[in-house]
Formats: sequence, C-alpha cells, structure tokens
Amino acid sequence: MKRRAPFARLALILALGPAGCGVEADLVADHAAPSEKPAHGDTFIEALTGNISGLIPNVLSDSASFEVGSLIYNGLVTRDRDLNLIGELAESWRFSQDCLDLEFHLRRNVRWHDGEPFTAADVVFTYETMINPKTPTAYREDFRAVASVEAPDPYTVHVRYTQPYAKALQSWGIWMLPKHVLEPYVREGRLRDAPQNRSNPIGTGAYRFKEWKPGEKVVLVANPDYFEGRPYISRVVYRIIPSQATIFLELKAKGVDSAGLTALQFKRQTEYPAFRKAYHKYEYSANAYTYLGFNLRDPRFADRRVRQAFAYAINKRELIDGVLLGLGREATGPYKPGTWAYNPNVKRFAYDMDKARALLAEAGWKERNADGLLVRNGQPFAFELLTNQGNDERKKVAEIVQASLKELGVQVDIRVIEWASFLKEYIKKRRFEAIILGWGIGLDPDQYEIWHSSKTGPDELNQISYANHEVDALLEQGRTSCHQEERKKSYARLQEILAEDQPIVFLYFRDALPVVSSRVRGIVPSANGILYNFNEWYVPKHLQRYTAG
Amino acid sequence: MLGYALRRLFLAIPLLLGITFISFLVIHLAPGEPAEIQTGDLSVQSDAQARQLLRELYDLDKPLHVQYTKWLTRIVRLDFGKSFSPDSRPVLQKIGERLPVTLLLNIIEMLVIVVLAVPIGVLAATRQYSLFDKVTTVFVFVGFATPDFWLALLLMILFGVQLGWLPISGLRSLNWEYLSFWRQQWDFVSHLLLPILVATFGGLAGFSRYMRQSMLEVVRQDYIQSARAKGLAEAIVIGKHALRNALLPIVTILGLSLPGLIGGSVIVESIFAIPGMGQLMVQAVFERDYPVIMGNLVIVATLTLVANLVADVTYSLIDPRIRVGVRRGRR
Repeated sequence: MKRRAPFARLALILALGPAGCGVEADLVADHAAPSEKPAHGDTFIEALTGNISGLIPNVLSDSASFEVGSLIYNGLVTRDRDLNLIGELAESWRFSQDCLDLEFHLRRNVRWHDGEPFTAADVVFTYETMINPKTPTAYREDFRAVASVEAPDPYTVHVRYTQPYAKALQSWGIWMLPKHVLEPYVREGRLRDAPQNRSNPIGTGAYRFKEWKPGEKVVLVANPDYFEGRPYISRVVYRIIPSQATIFLELKAKGVDSAGLTALQFKRQTEYPAFRKAYHKYEYSANAYTYLGFNLRDPRFADRRVRQAFAYAINKRELIDGVLLGLGREATGPYKPGTWAYNPNVKRFAYDMDKARALLAEAGWKERNADGLLVRNGQPFAFELLTNQGNDERKKVAEIVQASLKELGVQVDIRVIEWASFLKEYIKKRRFEAIILGWGIGLDPDQYEIWHSSKTGPDELNQISYANHEVDALLEQGRTSCHQEERKKSYARLQEILAEDQPIVFLYFRDALPVVSSRVRGIVPSANGILYNFNEWYVPKHLQRYTAG
Repeated sequence: MLGYALRRLFLAIPLLLGITFISFLVIHLAPGEPAEIQTGDLSVQSDAQARQLLRELYDLDKPLHVQYTKWLTRIVRLDFGKSFSPDSRPVLQKIGERLPVTLLLNIIEMLVIVVLAVPIGVLAATRQYSLFDKVTTVFVFVGFATPDFWLALLLMILFGVQLGWLPISGLRSLNWEYLSFWRQQWDFVSHLLLPILVATFGGLAGFSRYMRQSMLEVVRQDYIQSARAKGLAEAIVIGKHALRNALLPIVTILGLSLPGLIGGSVIVESIFAIPGMGQLMVQAVFERDYPVIMGNLVIVATLTLVANLVADVTYSLIDPRIRVGVRRGRR
C-alpha cells in the first residue's frame, strides 16, 4: 500500500497549484489549465557523484556513464513503467514456438544524430561489436547463446539461438551503435579510443551530446529529429559533484533539480514547507536487497534449522525502522514485491524468539555456558560477521543482527573490511563465516549465477556455496524458456524453496528516494522508478527557470 | 654555487628512481585491479574473458618487474602512457586539464596566507602577550582544530543556502557562456571565494604561528639590540633587520609546500566539486588507474626534490652567511 503514497501526494500538490513560484503562479494555476500544458524548453540539472568514464556505454561499467548514455542511445527494446519489455527501435518482434528464432521489425523513421538512417545493418554491427573478442565489454555473456544475426532487409533482423535463452529479448535492449562511424575502431579493437567515446558520440536517442568537461559537467540537448518527437526538456546538464553533502546543499539552494536522498534526509531534513514546495519526493523499491549470508560449508550453518532460527530471531520490521527509518520493504526472497516473478505465498518468518530457541535446541544447541552462550559439544556458538567499509547501512544492520542473536545466546563479532580486500581475501577465498551484503537484482528473474550449485568457483557468485538439486533444475528451466507463464511457475516454486531453506536470511529491499523539482511535470512513479519516461517530462511555460539553450 | 646545485640535481636521480619503484610496488600490492573493477566485481555480468582481455591490454598479466621496466622506459622518454580508465586518454592530457585550476587555487591560497601570516606573526611577536597576540593565539588554535570539511559545509549553508550570496559548488555557473565579460569574471571569482577561504584558514593558522615564533627568536638577538642602541627607528629595526632574518625559516617551509601546489586538496576539491588534481588522484586510486597514479607521483616527487633544492639555493641567496660558508668550504 505504501507504493500508492507518491501518487496521492502528486495529485494533492497538483491540485494545490504549482509550487515554488510564489503567489502569482498559484493564482494562475487556480484559474486553471492553459499554463499547465506541456511546453518545450528549460534545463534539467542532475547531479552525478562520479565523473563519467566515457560516452560509449557498451564498453563501460559505471552507473554515471549508463545514465548519460541512456539518453543518447536506444536499444531495440526497453522497459515500460510496469517493467514489461516494449519496443524502442524495434516496432515489433516475434519468437518462434521453440524460442530459437527471434525476428525484429525495426522502425523506419529513425536517424542517427548525424542524419544517417538507422538500419538492420547497425543492429548486426552492434552484435558483432559485442561478440568481438577484442571489445572490452561486460555484456558479451548476453550474446553467447546467439548462433547468428542476419538482416534479410534493411528493416528486419533475424536472430537465431543455439538454445532457448530467456533473456534473449532483454539482451536486445543493448545500446545500438552506428556502423558507419565506429566500424574501423571495432575492427582494430580500439573502440575505447574512438573519438566518439570522448566527445561527439553518435546515437539515436532523445538527446544529443553537447559537451563534456571532465570532472565538471556533461551537457546534452534535445534531439529535434527524435523518432518519437522532440523531448520537452531542451537541455540536460549533469553536474559532477563528488560529495553527497554538497549535492544536498545544492538541492536546497536550487542548484540541482533532482537528487537521491538518504532515509535520514528524506524523513527528517526535508520536511519543512519551503522544501516541500520546491520539490516533489518519490519513493519506490530499489532493485537491490540486503541479506545476512552464511558460509554453508560451515557445519553449523549447513543445518537449515539454525538458519531458520536466525530468520525468526531477526525482527525485520524493527530492522527497517531502525536502519532505514521505515523506508524499505521486507524481503521474502530474491525478487522485488510487485514484479511479475514475485511470489507472495511463501513461508514467512515473523519475529518469534520462542520458535528460534526451539529450532536451535532441535539442532543441538541447548546448553548455555557461564557467559550465557549456547554450547554444543563444548563449543560455544560464536562467529564473525563481515561486511564492507563505506556502507553505514550494512554496519547498522550488522549491529542489530548482533544484538538479536545475542538474545538467542549466539555471540557475533562484527568486522568491517575495505571493499577490495573484502572481495579478494574473504569472499573469493570463502574465508568467512557470515556476511552482511546486498544483491542488485536485474530486471529479469534469472538468478542462475547466484543460486546454481555449479557456480561456486572463486570468481563465481554462489559465494555461500548453496546446493539444492531442485533449485538447480528450476533455474535451468527458468532460463531456457521464452514464455513468461512457464517461467513464472519455475520462479514461484524457486521462491518457495528459498524461503523455506533460508540459504541466506533475506532482510529488506531499500526504497530509492529521489526528489525532483516541483516545476517538472509528467513524472509517474512506478515499479520501474521515475526516469523511464524522462522524454515526457516537461515544465509548463510560466515555470521554466532557464531560458538559455 | 652552480656546481653545488648540479651535484644535488644528480643525486636526486637515484632518489627519484627509488621513489617510483617503491610506489609502483605498493600500488600493485593493494587488492583489486583495474580489470576486475572495470568488469564489475560481484556482478552477474562479470565475465572472465573480458577480464583477461583487459589484463592483457594493460600488461597486467606480466610479472611486476617487467611492468615496471616497461613503464620506466616510457617515462624516461617523457611518455606518461594512457589512462586505464575506459576513456583511455593520455595521462598528461588528463593531468593537463586538471592542473590549471588546482595551481590557480593553491597559488592564490599561498599568496593570501603569506600576505596575511607575515604581518600577523610580526605583530603578535612584537606585541607579545598583548590582546592582539592573545586573540591570534586563540584564532590559531581554532584554525588548527577546525576540520576543513566541517568549515566548508557551514560556510556553504550560510552563504549558499541561507543568504544565497555565493554559489555552493563548481567553478562556473551553468549560464556562464551567456554572461557579459565582467559578469563572467565575477562569477568565476565568486565560485572560488569559499574554497579559498576554507583552504586558507587552516594554513594561515600554521604559518602565522611559525612567523611569530621565528620573529620572537630574532628580536632577542644581540644585533637587534645593537640596532636599537644605535638609535634606529623601531620600524626599521623590525621591518629591516629583524624581518629579513625571521623570514629564513619561512622560505624553507614555503619551498617545501611547493609540491603541494599541484597535489591539490582532496577534501576541498571534493566538497566544492572543483575538478582539480586532488579529485583526479582520488578517482585514479579508486579505479586503480596505475598510469595516472604513477604519472601524478612522478610529477609530485620531482617537484618535491626540485623544491628542496630551490629552498636550499634561495636560502643561501637570502642569508649571506651561508653563501660565505660555501665559499669558505671550497677553499
């Protein structure tokens, strides 16, 4: 029900008239609508905490570059507000019954920023770029199952797969690259050296590149020839501001139009009238959950009853209130509530100390020693809980877990370790007993890499060494079908098993807490966040703040 | 004199080699390497093949001494190499676009500090235990104790948010291109005011203290007494005889802070979002961008050595006794 909140607030604020522009504006709005019409113009200023590392996102890996890149480039498909895949550069597509053939029909009115038409040859080129062994990209894996990509005519692309691949369609959301510009660089394996990676990128997106001053700002301007029509907001400026504290102050001084807040800022530091008038706040579940993970090679944690006992002993509601000031949702499994793969009918572990104690007793942890710790075979139950430095939230979670388990008679020692050595020395070498960490989840429910028993190697992601035959089978089924209904069944069962088994204690999905200047209209928060329809955002003429550009 | 300088310069070469070698070793020892960071560690997309490719691209698959030799043979030809960051731009170009801002900021800061610290120190010393001395002493302790970032945030809240007089961060307003010439200049200056104020505050405290101390020592000397005895005006005694001698240690300290001029202040640059050397270096360290880190180090190390040399040489220029000493030594 919480998800409704932003809608309700938005409606309320609109009804009260546009905020932030004083009496005059309020009067205009009271009399109504003409001024509220979508209008072209104005500049939208966003803050990035890191410098972007380039302008061809296909060979980059930082989120700042992706954010900028997603306005410059398009994929064949994209996600709508409900996270369904819809066509972007592709008008339509069709899977064969066996999921091995995929045919795209492309839009005919799309042009690159330099005026050249976008055709099927560019799609083939992008595919060839991604699988070229000389291209340093992190997305090659997406195209491994592709047998061939052909362009029978300039507006049709035919993809053949060697085996059914559930993420086939999603993988074609990859940013399309212009063949006529980049081909020589790809051939020589120097795509990163291409001038388009440093200035003057050529995409098909709603915004064109204007300038990039490293460490200072990136400026994009509306593409008048965009195939869906010129976007309303004329200019987008990304200011690079490394310090979160500074971004927050800039927000208060109206130096930026949008920023993500921390729970503390959202709840306690922005509740005064002037701020509420100048900004609209949004909250939606982020695509990431935090968990308490165990090394399942440790015999104590290999016993499911122990893990279940811990799940009972940790009061998740209290955890969310304490760590996130209530701005989060309990996790029952690795899927976000509200997405198609999510199964709400799984075993839940409501806070219950008695059940926790009973389960531990069943597992042989009955006696207590002089310190009040549970003892089995003379060994007290004590372990080290690791988490990484620089994430206050995880540290707080660790402390609450420590206190909860202490009540059970389990001693937890917390150790906070610098990220790089945490990964290299502890996670990859499996030198840990328990961890507090998070998983960012993709928009596709395939989590083969995380839960499959074959993925327990040092560089692989099943770090907890989880192995369950039924889970393996379900993961394999889920990733080899292109039919959502079939997949849904596999993943529903998967969630039941994971909830029962508690290979990790799923804690919570944090809320993303963006605020956007209240002069901007057209924002519709959804399961997909707010940015998905950026091209439809606008500022009514009388509220536009910047005239330049 | 020249021979002395040349000899010192020559001795600096093995020192520089040692510095680079140890630095090279240490940054490679730090866990996490660029190939891993770029292919996204702990990510589902993470792909061993991509990682290997990057490793080969950056020569990270070679043994450390081979990597170092390769780097060294390039650096003696003044080729600083290309950044490991995905934009793979030349290191010198990256440093070149960051250097002017940092230099400007630090030179202004240094000038302000010297211009203010010298009179403050002199006054505090000549009027020892006066009200002025006590006030500056308090100021100095406050200055030493105030964390940069805290002062910066408070000033930003006051001047940027509450009063709205000054911009909070960045170097230029977004509409800079559309301003008239004089407005552009004012815009730039107004962006620099707060960072310089913050950067100056701590440094001023230290410098004025050195100056006071040095002055106190000098005014107790016999030659000051004789200057007074022969009836010179107090202004000349202090301004000419005492000050010149008291400045000697300050010159040394100034010389040693020369490399800091290009190093940039990480905290001030991050908080005020100024794209300078400090930010570049921090980002390079996070990304394990070895060529940029090393390039930066070589420049700073070279400057430190040169600054040492310059300080020594200037010292002898200011202080005739040292010059005489050198001459006598030669005989």
